[in-house]
Amino acid sequence: MSALNFLSQTLRIAVPYLLAAAGGVLSERAGLIGLTLEGYMLGGAFCAAAGSYAAGAAGMGAVAPWLGVLAAVLGGAALSMLYAASAIRFKADQIVVGIAVNLLAVGLTRFFLRLFFDSSSNSPRVPGFDVKGSGTGFVSLAHNPLVWIGVIMTPLVAWLLYRTPFGLRIRAVGEHPAAAASVGVPVVKVRYMAVALSGMIAGLGGAYLSLDQHQFTDGMTAGRGFIALAAIIFGRWNPLLAGLACLLFASAETLQIQLQGTQMIPSQFVEMIPYVLTIIALAGLVGRASAPAALGKTTTE
Amino acid sequence: MTNAIQLEGIEKRFGPVQANRGAGLQVAHGEIHALVGENGAGKSTLMRILAGLHAPDAGSMLVNGRDVTGWATSEAIAAGVGMVHQHFMLVPTLTVAENVVLGSEITKGLVLDRGAAERAVRELGKRTGLVVPPDRLVSELSVGEAQRVEILKTLYRGAKILILDEPTAVLSPPEVRELWAVLRSLRAEGGTVVLITHKLDEVIDVSDAITVMRQGATVTRMASAGATPQSIARAMVGRDVALALDAEYAGSTISGASATAPLLDVRNLTVSGTRRGNIVDNVSFSIAPGEILGIAGVEGNGQTELIEALSGLREARGLISLAGRDLIGDTVRERGDAGLSHIPEDRHERGLVLDYSIAENLILGQQHKFTSGPTIDGARVLAHARDLIARYDIRPPDPARAARALSGGNQQKIVVAREMARDFKVLLASQPTRGVDVGAIEFIHARLREARDQGKAVLLVSADLAEVLALADRVAVMYGGRFVAVLPRAEASPDVLGPYMTGAEHAA
Repeated sequence: MSALNFLSQTLRIAVPYLLAAAGGVLSERAGLIGLTLEGYMLGGAFCAAAGSYAAGAAGMGAVAPWLGVLAAVLGGAALSMLYAASAIRFKADQIVVGIAVNLLAVGLTRFFLRLFFDSSSNSPRVPGFDVKGSGTGFVSLAHNPLVWIGVIMTPLVAWLLYRTPFGLRIRAVGEHPAAAASVGVPVVKVRYMAVALSGMIAGLGGAYLSLDQHQFTDGMTAGRGFIALAAIIFGRWNPLLAGLACLLFASAETLQIQLQGTQMIPSQFVEMIPYVLTIIALAGLVGRASAPAALGKTTTE
Repeated sequence: MTNAIQLEGIEKRFGPVQANRGAGLQVAHGEIHALVGENGAGKSTLMRILAGLHAPDAGSMLVNGRDVTGWATSEAIAAGVGMVHQHFMLVPTLTVAENVVLGSEITKGLVLDRGAAERAVRELGKRTGLVVPPDRLVSELSVGEAQRVEILKTLYRGAKILILDEPTAVLSPPEVRELWAVLRSLRAEGGTVVLITHKLDEVIDVSDAITVMRQGATVTRMASAGATPQSIARAMVGRDVALALDAEYAGSTISGASATAPLLDVRNLTVSGTRRGNIVDNVSFSIAPGEILGIAGVEGNGQTELIEALSGLREARGLISLAGRDLIGDTVRERGDAGLSHIPEDRHERGLVLDYSIAENLILGQQHKFTSGPTIDGARVLAHARDLIARYDIRPPDPARAARALSGGNQQKIVVAREMARDFKVLLASQPTRGVDVGAIEFIHARLREARDQGKAVLLVSADLAEVLALADRVAVMYGGRFVAVLPRAEASPDVLGPYMTGAEHAA
C-alpha cells in the first residue's frame, strides 16, 4: 500500500466524520448535545438514497444525486427540528430525547425502506457522483462534490463560529444563555438555528455514505455519529481541532483495514484506537476539556 | 420637566410570591438614585421590570415621559436603559470586546469587526475611566474589572439610564471609590443612575435621592442630604436596627483568655501558589476561647485560600491545631467532627446545594449524624429543620422548599444556622454577611457574638472593614498572603489599618 493510497483511503473514511463533527460543533457550542448526530446521518443517508433513486427513475440523470443531497439536508433538518423542539420548546432532557431521536431514525429508515423498496436490508442501486474508470484514489474523490464540501465545511464552520456575529451569539448562548438574553440576543432562535444547521450538515455526511456506496443499507451509519461526537470532545469543541481529530480517527481506521490480513498486530487493537483516544481526551490528558457551560441544560430564557 | 423614570403601581407575582405590590419609583434626569430595602423587598424585580426582563402584571411605566409599560429588553436597550446585574451577565469564554458588542455587533460585510469593537471599548474606557484590556478573556478578569465590563456594555449600547444591582457587594474599598467616581462622571454627562445597595453609608455618600422598599411596596422617598443610616434602616425594616457601623464595640472581657490555651493555633501555614510564590505565606496566629479574630484586607490577598486551608478544602503545609489536635491531613469531615465549623464565603459555590430543600441543606456535611441504619432518618432531619427555621427565622418557613427559591439573606441564614447548630469549638466565618440585608446582618452579627460569649473561637474574614471592627477582639490585616499587622481592637481604626491593607506599610 502506498502512502498516497493510505491518504486517499483516510480521506474517504474521514468525510462523513468531518461533516458530522462540523455540524455537531455548532449544536454543542449552542448548548445542545450532539448525541443525535447518528440519527441525522442515518436519516440523511436514507433520504439521499431515496431522493437520488426517485430522481434517477424520473430520468434526471446527472442531477439525480444532487436531489439526493437536497433530500438528505431536509431529512437531517427535520430530525434536528424534532430534537430542538423537544429539548428547547418542551425542555425535555437532551440525553433522553437524543436517544429517542436516534431510535426514531433507525425505525423510520427501516419503515420507509420497506415501504419504498420492499426490502428489510438495502435499497436498490442509486445514482452517485462517481465517474466510471476513475478508480478509488484521489481522482475519484475529486469527482465527488461531497468530498469537497466535507473538506471545506470544517474551516467554514470555524469561520462562522469565530468571525461572524451569528457565531459569537452561538458561543454566548451555549456558555451563558442568561447573559446573552440580557443583551437582547434571541436565545431560543439562535439555538434552533444552530441545531438546524447541525442537522443539515450531518445529513450531508449521511448522504455521502449512501451515495458513495450507491445504496442505503439498514443501520449503515454504524456509530459514525458517535465517533464524530467523540472527535468534537477530543477537539475540545473547536471545529478545527475536531476536524483534525476526525482525520486522526479515520487514519486509525485505515490503518486497521490495511493491517487486516497481516498478522503484525491483532486488528482489534488497532480498531480500539479511536475509542482509546476518546477516553484519553475525556480523562483530561490532552489539556483540560471544558465543555460549553450551558451544554445539556434546559434554559428558561 | 418630566422624570427620567416614573413607575407607578407596579404589581408582579411569581407563582405564590408577590414580589411587587403597588411599587413606584420617580427618578429625575441627571440624578443618582438609590433604591434600598431588605432582601426580598422587590427591588431587583422592580428594576428587572424597568429593564424589560419581566413584564409587570399591573401598573404603568414611563421613561422620559413615554409610556413603555411591559417593554422588551431590546426596546429598553434601544431607549437607553441599561442594567448591570448583581450576578454578572458576562460570558467568561468570550473576550471583553466580544462581551461588550454581543447582541449589537459591529460588522464588516458578513464578518464581525473585531478591531472596531476593541477600539470602541478603548475609547469608552478613555472617556469614562472604565479601563479594561479589550482583548482579554472575561474569565481572566478580577471582579472589579468584570464589573467595569458590565458598565461598558450598557454604555456601549448608549445607556442614558443606568441601573446597578448591588454593584459594591463584590468590590474592595478602592474599587468602590473608583465606581463612585465613574457614576459621578456619568451624571456630569447627563446620565441617570439607579443604584440598588445594602450599604447605607454608601447610599448617603453617593446618591442624590433615596427610595426605600419594603415587602414589595415603596415605603418612602427622601433626599439623601439629611438622611442618616439610622433613618434609612428604620424605613427599610420598619423598626430601629442596631447597625454594625455605629454599634458600640461590645467586646467581652478577655482578660483571662490569654491565660487559657488557644482553641485554634496555626503555625507557619503555607499554601503554595502558581508562579508568583505562596498564596498564603508562613502565617501564624492563635485564637483563644471567647475571642473573635478579624481578618481585614483587600480581597485576593490570600484570605480565601487561608480559610480553605483551615477547613481542609485546600492542601497546606504547617500546623493547624484545634484544641490540641493537629488537623493537617484530616479531611473536611474529620475536621468538622473535631469541632470546626465553616461559613464559606460563597453560599452558592460552597455553602448550599441550591436544588436541595432547606431541610437537606441544613444537614449537609453532617448527614452521617442523621441516619438510622443505612438510611437518612427523615423524621429527625425534618425536626432539625423545623427547629432551626424557627430559631433562625428562615423565610419562608417551609423545610421542603428548595434553597434556590429563597432570598440571599435567607439562604445565608441556612448556612449560618447549619454551621452554628453543630457542636463546634472553632468557627471560620468568611464574608458571613455578604449581600444580605441589614436585618439579617444584625441577626448574624448577634449569633457570632453569642458564639464568642459561649467561649468559642471565631475567625472572621470580611471585605467590609466596618464589620471586622464591629465584631473582632483583635484585627489582623492580610496583604500578599501574609499577616502584615495584628492589632488589638482598641488600636485598630480605618486610618491605622488602611496603609496596611494597601501594602503601603509593613509590620512584623
